[in-house]
Amino acid sequence: MSGYIIRRVLNYVVLLFIACSFAYLLASSFLNPYSVYFGRQPPVDPDVIENIMRGCNLSHEVSLWERYTTWLTKIFTEWDWGCSPLRVSVNEQIGVRMWVSLRLVLIGTLGGVIVGVLVGAWTATRQYRVSDRVYTGLSLLVICTPSFVLGIVLQILAIKANDAMGVRFFEFVGEKGVVGDYPLAELVDRLQHLLLPTIVLVLLTAASLSRIQRNLMLDSLGADYVRTARAKGLPKSQAVMKHALRTALIPTGTYVAFTVATMFTGATYTERVFSFPGMGQYAVQTILAMDVNGIAATTAFAGVCVVCGAILSDIVVAILDPRVRLG
Amino acid sequence: MDIMELDLLPIEDADQAPKRIGRARLTLRRFLRNKLAVFGLCGIVLLILIAIFGPMLTGWSFDDRDKLSPLKPPNSSHWLGTTQVGRDMLALTLRGMSRSLIIGFAAATLSTLLSSVVGTASAYFGGWVERVLLWITDLMLVIPTMLIIGVLMRGGVSGDLAWVLLALLLGLFGWMTTGRVVRSLTLSLKNREYVLAAKYMGLPAWRIILRHILPNISSLMIVDLTLGVGYAVLGETGLSFLGLGVQAPDVSLGTLISEGAVLVPTYNWVFLAPSVVLVFLVFCINSVGDGVRDALDPSSQSGGVVGGKPRRGKGREDVPAKGTGLPGGIGQAGGATTMSEDNTPQGGAQ
Repeated sequence: MSGYIIRRVLNYVVLLFIACSFAYLLASSFLNPYSVYFGRQPPVDPDVIENIMRGCNLSHEVSLWERYTTWLTKIFTEWDWGCSPLRVSVNEQIGVRMWVSLRLVLIGTLGGVIVGVLVGAWTATRQYRVSDRVYTGLSLLVICTPSFVLGIVLQILAIKANDAMGVRFFEFVGEKGVVGDYPLAELVDRLQHLLLPTIVLVLLTAASLSRIQRNLMLDSLGADYVRTARAKGLPKSQAVMKHALRTALIPTGTYVAFTVATMFTGATYTERVFSFPGMGQYAVQTILAMDVNGIAATTAFAGVCVVCGAILSDIVVAILDPRVRLG
Repeated sequence: MDIMELDLLPIEDADQAPKRIGRARLTLRRFLRNKLAVFGLCGIVLLILIAIFGPMLTGWSFDDRDKLSPLKPPNSSHWLGTTQVGRDMLALTLRGMSRSLIIGFAAATLSTLLSSVVGTASAYFGGWVERVLLWITDLMLVIPTMLIIGVLMRGGVSGDLAWVLLALLLGLFGWMTTGRVVRSLTLSLKNREYVLAAKYMGLPAWRIILRHILPNISSLMIVDLTLGVGYAVLGETGLSFLGLGVQAPDVSLGTLISEGAVLVPTYNWVFLAPSVVLVFLVFCINSVGDGVRDALDPSSQSGGVVGGKPRRGKGREDVPAKGTGLPGGIGQAGGATTMSEDNTPQGGAQ
């Protein structure tokens, strides 16, 4: 198994290298970092701009190939991913934002997974009853709602709730705000800011996952071994939990492993709506700010996430499903 | 046809042969049974009609500016209110909806075409063709597509034609997953007797793919196309929301929502109108997609149970297992194009 994983990782390393190079070359040839300094008051001297661009390895007077090789050498020798046209270090940005995203995504996705699996499994045992239809309708509605619409709707509701309560309980801008001076004030403040974006992520994850889980569960509820379990005298709850749910969890495991990893950059819209300074928002900012180095670094980061997700889901299958043998 | 079905014939009808209907009729019938899917189809048709004929009926054009009434709530002159610069929300929403629809359909068509070409070619030819195509697929799965589309949109055409580029890019970057499914289905088909027979008769490869392989995975392609429209609409509105899609002065549902997002909660209508339309549109597309999938899938239980009162665990028996379980019933590929309407207790409960 370790040989198999090593081979796959090696293949992915090559893919990642090409993906990053592709993103770098594409961004360098399509974007114009100089435009960041256009139209400034007072106007910036072209020589100054040129100097900054040279310092950031973005100058259009240097050939693309030369810039590319400089970029690569810096990464491999100093682990320096360059800086934006405004001279902000990419390493620093990603170093901070990564953990902001991790907090949001991990809580949101794990919460969503738990809710989704439970709701899916539960509705499957009550197929076509009123409760099943209600949850099915609700999850369909959430699936059809883009995350940014969902986020804004929650914002509207939060503002209404804040007004009604007369206290600013729901926070919906940024990651931290004004901290009071009571014990644990900072933690409470952070949690308040995390609350709404987390709800969005939980809803989105739970909605799609509960559909998948319900279908899987329906399949396994009708399976022979569940009937056998019932026939040999197991109570229904035990037959459902031990025999049906357990097999139905295998595909979910792979799906979840993949989602957690890719969600790092997948929470773009939620982060954008709630001005949460995470990786997803960074990806959009780099494009809008013509930040070639930032784009390449984000591509690398997202690529690593996908690769980790793929490998993680392989491992999860191997652990959960006794039939899988990797050679 | 099947012993199972003959057994189930009621005794008084024993002198009548079971009603035989064509595959298309059967699929249509199964689709029509699904009330949600029919609702979705009606919704889409309605939205398309509104997108075409609506602008003729409203008094305002999407680029008109009523300078006297900026940010007015819905009233008799502007049914859905106005934006900051006095543009009519109804006209804007209609325009944005037609943009999103066109982009969605164009992108989904392109990506379905690409996935079927790449998938069938890689499986049928094998060897280095397969290796190269699979490698490209893997590479494109690793690249964050939204980021690349964003970069290309930011550096590419701006203004009125941006939506064409957007549709093109969404199509070009959306085929990978389906391409892999198509490949695995083609792998199971390419050694069938009728494909081999065609091969030994000297048919060129593209003809075999077109005549003998594609028809057998057509149901997957149809489902992919319908669901793909939904994904493409979401992708387009998302990118436009971030400012990386359709460019002003042109509008799409995404740009309208992002315009409304900053005015929330005081001027709700700018956000609400396009959002409601978007959610409704995606809901309709998804329910049609689900309906088509269930109608085409011979092993699906939905054909016989919607509207009925099935007992749990029995649903799967409503359709005699004729297909191989693959979408589209590859079991029928041998030439039998008719099958009888299922007559099991659940199916008959309609």
